[in-house]
Amino acid sequence: MNVHEYQAKDLMRQFNIAVLKGGVADTPAEAVEVAKKLDGKVWVVKAQIHAGGRGKGGGVKLAKSLEEVEKYAKEILGMQLITHQTGPEGKKVLKVLVEQGCDIDHEYYCGIVLDRTVGKLAFMVSMEGGMEIEKVAHDTPEKIIKAHIDPASGFTPAIGRKLGYALGLKGETLNKAIKFFEGLYNLYTQKDCSIAEINPLVTTKTGDVIALDGKLNFDDNALFRHPEIEALRDITEESAQELEAGKFGLSYISLDGNIGCLVNGAGLAMGTLDILKLYGGTPANFLDVGGGATKETVQKAFSIILQDKNVKAILVNIFGGIMKCDIIANGVVDAAREMGLKIPLVVRLEGTNVALGKKILAESGLKITPANDLADAAQKAVAAAKGA
Amino acid sequence: MAILINRNTKLITVGLTGKQGTFHTLQSRDYGTNVVGGVTPGKGGTVHEGIPVFNTVFEAMSETGANAAMIFVPPPYAADSILECVEAGMPLIICITEGIPVLDMIRVKGALKGSKSRLIGPNCPGVITPGECKIGIMPGHIHMPGNVGVISRSGTLTYEAVYQLTQREIGQSTCVGIGGDPVNGTNFIDCLEMFEKDPETKAVIMIGEIGGTAETDAARWIKANMTKPVVSFIAGAAAPKGKRMGHAGAIISGADDSAEAKFKILQECGVTIARSPAELGQKIAEVLKK
Repeated sequence: MNVHEYQAKDLMRQFNIAVLKGGVADTPAEAVEVAKKLDGKVWVVKAQIHAGGRGKGGGVKLAKSLEEVEKYAKEILGMQLITHQTGPEGKKVLKVLVEQGCDIDHEYYCGIVLDRTVGKLAFMVSMEGGMEIEKVAHDTPEKIIKAHIDPASGFTPAIGRKLGYALGLKGETLNKAIKFFEGLYNLYTQKDCSIAEINPLVTTKTGDVIALDGKLNFDDNALFRHPEIEALRDITEESAQELEAGKFGLSYISLDGNIGCLVNGAGLAMGTLDILKLYGGTPANFLDVGGGATKETVQKAFSIILQDKNVKAILVNIFGGIMKCDIIANGVVDAAREMGLKIPLVVRLEGTNVALGKKILAESGLKITPANDLADAAQKAVAAAKGA
Repeated sequence: MAILINRNTKLITVGLTGKQGTFHTLQSRDYGTNVVGGVTPGKGGTVHEGIPVFNTVFEAMSETGANAAMIFVPPPYAADSILECVEAGMPLIICITEGIPVLDMIRVKGALKGSKSRLIGPNCPGVITPGECKIGIMPGHIHMPGNVGVISRSGTLTYEAVYQLTQREIGQSTCVGIGGDPVNGTNFIDCLEMFEKDPETKAVIMIGEIGGTAETDAARWIKANMTKPVVSFIAGAAAPKGKRMGHAGAIISGADDSAEAKFKILQECGVTIARSPAELGQKIAEVLKK
């Protein structure tokens, strides 16, 4: 789960991580009110959307007067902000964060993430702050310094020193940086983050260490123990169909093709998209009904697929392990009847109770194209979508 | 022979008395697995479906001599159950549970180091040695005994591959679902090493996915160490690029973890690649003829 920068910064304050003073606003007038309460003569107005690259897209502006705060807030609020992470359609900005300015001495990068190869958290820092860190990692990997954290010992002062010295810090600034890193580690582990990234992390002319930006992602599987994080969810940032699917335990991602897919298991669902493409088809969605699907969830899956008007054919590909084929077959038959399904439906069933499942489909009287195997199913679905 | 499990395996199920735990334990027993007990705290001393229930893994192991545990405990408590098995010295732990928090698994991974236990999973279909022992949720009837080892990150894709093999009357030595989670107990290389040493295994199918470097690490290991042919499919070539919020996920390796990049490295390392998941059976038949 993602949160906005202003929410991430509120959480960082709780862990004694230094951030600039600021406040969130829904309207230009509110933005001015926030700015009035902050010290200083410059303010930064920042679009709050769940994507990086906001500055380049025109979503971050430096205001030198209250009039400019109002002007920039007016420009940014309501704009369709396009960045390299939003997709070409962009995202509508509904909130801005207004922050005081600061006297930057140097910009750094700092982040915590899981290193899958060793099954430990990796703390990473770089002198190349503010840059596109993916490019730094690819072109000059030696400029990223990593420290792996053992889960038994946790964050130790030595890790803090390794990271701080790697950034060339010393004296009081080094000590502040070590406290900063420890705070970020505590936030990550106590709130079950999946990514914590500060880019840029800055040192100021007065020797402070401050998070100028902050991105936090949270582990969806751990939200059950963090209702306070769940409460930060912004549903306007999420697809309505994906949310609806999630309520029924379905994993759905909308794509731009015309073959609706209903598959069990994430791997087989991905494999089904792959094979459709190999045969010249274009999938309309990724949909994993999971292992514990019932007749009702199958019906729900059908209704979500059919909401997409581009869908010209539906492919059901089920390999039953936990899932029983007869349950799927009943769900498919009921859904097709109730919705008066008009488009071609190709069904491939295999696994537990397959004979019973096939019998239910055959005896339904519905026009269902049965498929013998995966390749056959994909070819039939592609042909059906092309109107052949 | 085969790997990990065979007819001498004695299984307990942790979370036996739950609906899923009961269903799949009975399915495994029907397949021929020697199920010797179950664990549900508070139900120790009772008998469930003819299976003795214990309060703790330690007790169950002491009383039954179990050497493998299958975990069917809900995600908030599953890591605790794995750690209980590790503490009891259970040699093989197979965790089926999906949805365990990553930080819980990081702690488990730490505890496994230097322990007597091997963990398979979590978020996996389990392990089967056809004709001998099934521990997990896979449909037993699609398997047949034979000489092809199967390793996969995905449950249903494993069934797909196995089904294609059995249709061609090519049997399997052991099929291992290592699970789809970012932190798991056993990786591709661990399984490849076991299959390389297993005299019954003549060839291996490795089914990977986009994301991470497990498949490319395995490819390099195969090039350096493996004498048996390996056929591989990577799922996700058609998957859309995720709208990620931060960069930290990708920069940790600095590498390209797309399906295309993985296929390329696998091929360079001498692995036979299947571009379509429907070709796995055919490709194995080809390498076995050589």
